[in-house]
Amino acid sequence: MTEQTLSQNIVRPTDIRAWKMGFLSTKNAQERAAAIFSTILATAILVVVLFPIFWMLSTSLKGQIEALKMPPNWIPAKFQWNNYYDALTFNPFGRYFANTFYFAGTVVLAEVISNSFIAFGFARLRAPGRNFLFVLVLATLMIPGEVTLIPQYILFSKLKWLNSYKPLIGPAWFGSAYLIFLLRQFYMGLPKEYDEAAVIEGASYLDIWARIILPLSKPALGAVAIMSFIFHWNTFQGPLIYLNDNAKFPVSLGLSMFRTPFGGTPWHWYMAASLTVIAPCIIVFFIAQRYFIQGIVISGVKG
Amino acid sequence: MVGILPKGKIARREAIWFWIFILPWVIGFILFRGGPIIASLFLSFTNYNVASPPEWAALDNFTRLFNDRIFIKSLQVSVYYTFLSVPLGIVASLSLAVLLNQKGVPFLGVFRTLYYIPALVAGSVAVAFLFQWVLNPSFGILNYLIGLFVGPSGVIPLGIKGPKWFFDPNWVVPSFVLLSLWGFGGSMLLYLAGLQGVPTTLYEAATIDGANAWQRFRNVTLPMISPVILFTFITGMIGSFQVFTPAYIVSNGEGGPAYASMFYVLYLYLNAFRRYRFGYASAQAWLLFIVILVLTILAFRASRRAVYYESAGEGDNAI
Repeated sequence: MTEQTLSQNIVRPTDIRAWKMGFLSTKNAQERAAAIFSTILATAILVVVLFPIFWMLSTSLKGQIEALKMPPNWIPAKFQWNNYYDALTFNPFGRYFANTFYFAGTVVLAEVISNSFIAFGFARLRAPGRNFLFVLVLATLMIPGEVTLIPQYILFSKLKWLNSYKPLIGPAWFGSAYLIFLLRQFYMGLPKEYDEAAVIEGASYLDIWARIILPLSKPALGAVAIMSFIFHWNTFQGPLIYLNDNAKFPVSLGLSMFRTPFGGTPWHWYMAASLTVIAPCIIVFFIAQRYFIQGIVISGVKG
Repeated sequence: MVGILPKGKIARREAIWFWIFILPWVIGFILFRGGPIIASLFLSFTNYNVASPPEWAALDNFTRLFNDRIFIKSLQVSVYYTFLSVPLGIVASLSLAVLLNQKGVPFLGVFRTLYYIPALVAGSVAVAFLFQWVLNPSFGILNYLIGLFVGPSGVIPLGIKGPKWFFDPNWVVPSFVLLSLWGFGGSMLLYLAGLQGVPTTLYEAATIDGANAWQRFRNVTLPMISPVILFTFITGMIGSFQVFTPAYIVSNGEGGPAYASMFYVLYLYLNAFRRYRFGYASAQAWLLFIVILVLTILAFRASRRAVYYESAGEGDNAI
């Protein structure tokens, strides 16, 4: 991803147009004052909101004693980049990262395929009982995971799947209510004429799904992929329950068991490790934020 | 519904394909949703620790729960947390969305993206560490700033001292609320999208009728985005009752100090996976399910008058 495409993703042409039209086109002075005031206030709040991340970065580059200094140094006296190397090698983070990429990557693949397949059925094919089943899909959204957690755990332990990623990946192949809902909303918006024409041409429904609907729904599939990735990157409860072996841990669990050679809490190490763990999420979000935001809006506002 | 397959040949073929496409969901529903729900209902009436077969215990688990002081405490913690964090979150994210939706605010895309960053990671282990650090009573930056601005020798000397946050039982839940509020950019995005969907003609008409800014907000904006408010209220409530990761990390899996961070699901987890009291934990899970269900139904009931649906009755799309 080059810097140019990155900035294109963040500042889209429409924003610039809106900006030019914005300040210039608001004719009356009162409106312009309100716009300037709102912009300043929104920027000030943004600074407050993003401050903890800045503080994370700042602490992560300090020495152990400097991190506890009061009044604090806003910017570290000397950037201790070795904190990152030390913290991430004292604990086997290379391993954790590899495990997480494998886990999140596999789940993303499974969720994109399964949910797009299932959603196609709900959005494009008519059958008696379809609406009832769809209401059932939505109803499962309201079931707290805790209700199904214990029987699932027992099921997976009987299958001898404990201490492996199977219990965390397996269910992804069977769809998730939220993502089915999101994709169904998107598919419903695609013109039905495409399917009808293809049926007349003699295409099967599998063809229609694979050759017509999938290529048209790249933005929605992108949204599903990115949401799924970020969720599984951070997920903690599942790995905590199912994995015992340190060598199998994902980053979330590895971080929760973070060890240091020092006494007390070496916050500079903690912040270095924490920031490294959330960095891939933030980077992936920046690269694909257009899809991500679209996905949230599709499911949230039309819901 | 007349039978599972329709009569006509083409319609029949389509219906068969419908079932093929949703088959993964049907299997998943039976294995991972419907089946487990019934199983956990059954388990909630038994004593079960995996090692030996479940033992019928009738309502024992439920009567024990209501005599379990830690359980009552965990319910209080989660209710307090939910009714503090959800309304505050709605007010904060709606206010910010209104601010950004102001005519002429530039760089909307940039604001949207940057405000969303905390929401990406708000429930993660890393952010739990971050807030422990920021809210550290002696070395945390927040207490330093409180001292700097309103402390005894601060800019405005009000003599206010920063609380002990996660270390003071009275401040533990507000500290977690602060952590959850930090992710307010998530619902802000929904409100912003909702606000952008409000037809400008409505505002123009209201202005012509002499409505001031507050009256326009109260009588145009609020009703128009009330479905989004209901959506964020319900999803926020469900999510708040299920908070686990920050509580587990901050209290080191113990729910302290003085059980002040013993959230409902943390106690459930401890019963199930530390003490292997699967029957007892299943009873907790079912009670949680009932609480969430009742609150959701109440919210829908209460909203019937307050929420305005533009597209109600459009059939398929109305869901």
